[in-house]
Amino acid sequence: MAGNSDPLTPRAKLAVTAGKAVAAASRAAGRGSGSVIGGRVALKLDPDLLGRLAQHLDVILVSATNGKTTTTRLIAEALRAAGPVVSNALGANMPAGITSALAGGSDAKFGVIEVDEKYLAGVARDTAPKCIALLNLSRDQLDRAGETRMLAENWREALAGSKAVIVANCDDPLVVWAASSSPNVIWVAAGQMWKDDAWSCPSCGGVMQRPDDEWFCNECGFRRPTPSWALNGDHVLDPHGSAWPIHLQLPGRANKANAASSAAVAAVFGVPPQVALERMYQVQAVAGRYDVVQYQGRDLRLLLAKNPAGWLETFSLIDPPPAPVILAVNARGADGTDTSWLWDVDYTRLTGRPLFVLGDRKLDLAVRLEVANQQFQVCDDLDQAVQQAPPGRIEVIANYTAFQDLRRRVGN
Amino acid sequence: MSDNQLRLVWIYPDLLSTYGDQGNVLVVERRARQRRLDVARLDVRSDQPVPTSGDIYLIGGGEDRPQRLAAERLRRDGGLTRAVENGAIVFSVCAGYQILGHEFVNDLGQREPGLGLLDVVSVRGEGERCVGDVLGDIDPRLGLPPLTGFENHQGVTHLGPTARPFAQVRIGKGNGTGDGTEGAYNDTVFGTYMHGPVLARNPLIADLLLKLALDVNALPPVDDRWYEALRNERIAAAQQPA
Repeated sequence: MAGNSDPLTPRAKLAVTAGKAVAAASRAAGRGSGSVIGGRVALKLDPDLLGRLAQHLDVILVSATNGKTTTTRLIAEALRAAGPVVSNALGANMPAGITSALAGGSDAKFGVIEVDEKYLAGVARDTAPKCIALLNLSRDQLDRAGETRMLAENWREALAGSKAVIVANCDDPLVVWAASSSPNVIWVAAGQMWKDDAWSCPSCGGVMQRPDDEWFCNECGFRRPTPSWALNGDHVLDPHGSAWPIHLQLPGRANKANAASSAAVAAVFGVPPQVALERMYQVQAVAGRYDVVQYQGRDLRLLLAKNPAGWLETFSLIDPPPAPVILAVNARGADGTDTSWLWDVDYTRLTGRPLFVLGDRKLDLAVRLEVANQQFQVCDDLDQAVQQAPPGRIEVIANYTAFQDLRRRVGN
Repeated sequence: MSDNQLRLVWIYPDLLSTYGDQGNVLVVERRARQRRLDVARLDVRSDQPVPTSGDIYLIGGGEDRPQRLAAERLRRDGGLTRAVENGAIVFSVCAGYQILGHEFVNDLGQREPGLGLLDVVSVRGEGERCVGDVLGDIDPRLGLPPLTGFENHQGVTHLGPTARPFAQVRIGKGNGTGDGTEGAYNDTVFGTYMHGPVLARNPLIADLLLKLALDVNALPPVDDRWYEALRNERIAAAQQPA
């Protein structure tokens, strides 16, 4: 358990100090929070620093294709009921960013850490986590991230050797396949709207049968495990069958699912669900996501959606027609440079809403919407889109770097 | 085409629909409807029989293991081969393209038989994965404007004597054979490595498939304004140094 019996070695202390100095210099130079560069310098001076920093903490790792930043925040809020928390709350989720975040929390009891899917195996090895929360896996940036099932395979191998309690979504067959190598799994029925990455059995390749909320493979018998926790509408069902209301400021089904998984994680550390869920209410915008901002006299709600599964969940939470919707897509390095994924998103769900299209790849969106038989306007910039949008709160849906561009534009 | 209905068949979305290639079906369907054709789209999962009475069959790209499973099931089913014997048009992308050839290398590193509908053989390339925007010139016999697409593959595809290269790349790797060829085709079966999806980037290829299926020389024009704008942008982007 966490404690201060193992002070950092002089080398580790030097590494932490050097990392903080570089981060401060980077901040002063106006290059962002500096957490990644600071972490890189610290890890170079002491490659084992991440493990050393984690030794003093009860570590909880959170990974997924979608929802990991938000869930990390929800878990961190819940666990503060039981002690101080250090967390990479700003979404710097690779080893350097994680190291930097942990270096800033020497008095913490818990380390709640968001981990990029591709780095989960390594971070799980280095930090000896007490708990790992796995939410979902789906296609994302296929030009650089590699294949989704291979990622599940990579998780599966890593979890086989981990002593952590795994809190995993039993409604995602790829997550179940990954988690079932661990003897110690708490299954949460958190739901999943996107199903198109798991029609093929991850175990044997058979065709998956998916009646209603169930799923199973007729060929090898791989099937949905029985959950002990579940999201049921606006409530979380705990293992005793008690229903606890979810009060969130964050919108949408996906965030209720994140709250259900977070409540299950909190319970592992003795925080009861009613306490955990009450604390989660404090979480508002997460790194600008879901924020409602005023811009040019209009209300804009900023929504981040990076891949088909994310867009599908986002379409389900936006205001009904005739609410205006701005769509913004880039294809820079951090977004993935291939825009083909736009064709896996069902844009007919936007029918009846005035649509405005922005971003480096607005023409890809224009063709996509034309083929979906939607009415839309292609705009030069946000100002033009906002000026042309009819009255009402404007929903703004953007992928990663397009979202960052919009935040800067509106001064958020 | 019989009873005045154009039948589009989307093969194995459960296995081969990973890179947005279902956009190809959407584009063909949309452009057929814009010509006031009665269109039926049929999605065939890999545990269902492939109908033999379709007019245009589309197959997309997928990951390595699903590709092997798809080849096994298509061989066992036999429906696609019979459809081609009946004169159907087939348009395939990436993993689907390899499956239509004589053989390819599967996820286990073994030579996997394909359907032999295209005279090509695919192996795994030794070099870096081919990823990026592509610009090429389509075989002039097809009378189409330049090819634009996005490639993301490790495969190398060698063409036999009865397959013609679909295009010659100016930028990009294409078939990966070093001679600049991209894709392959014969009278009714087409294969390409291009995503994008390729028919959204090249709507006149979609029209070519429609013309072949309908056995007509021309189609009424449709508004291609946004396609043209996208094409111009991507062709310019491909020519910019990385």
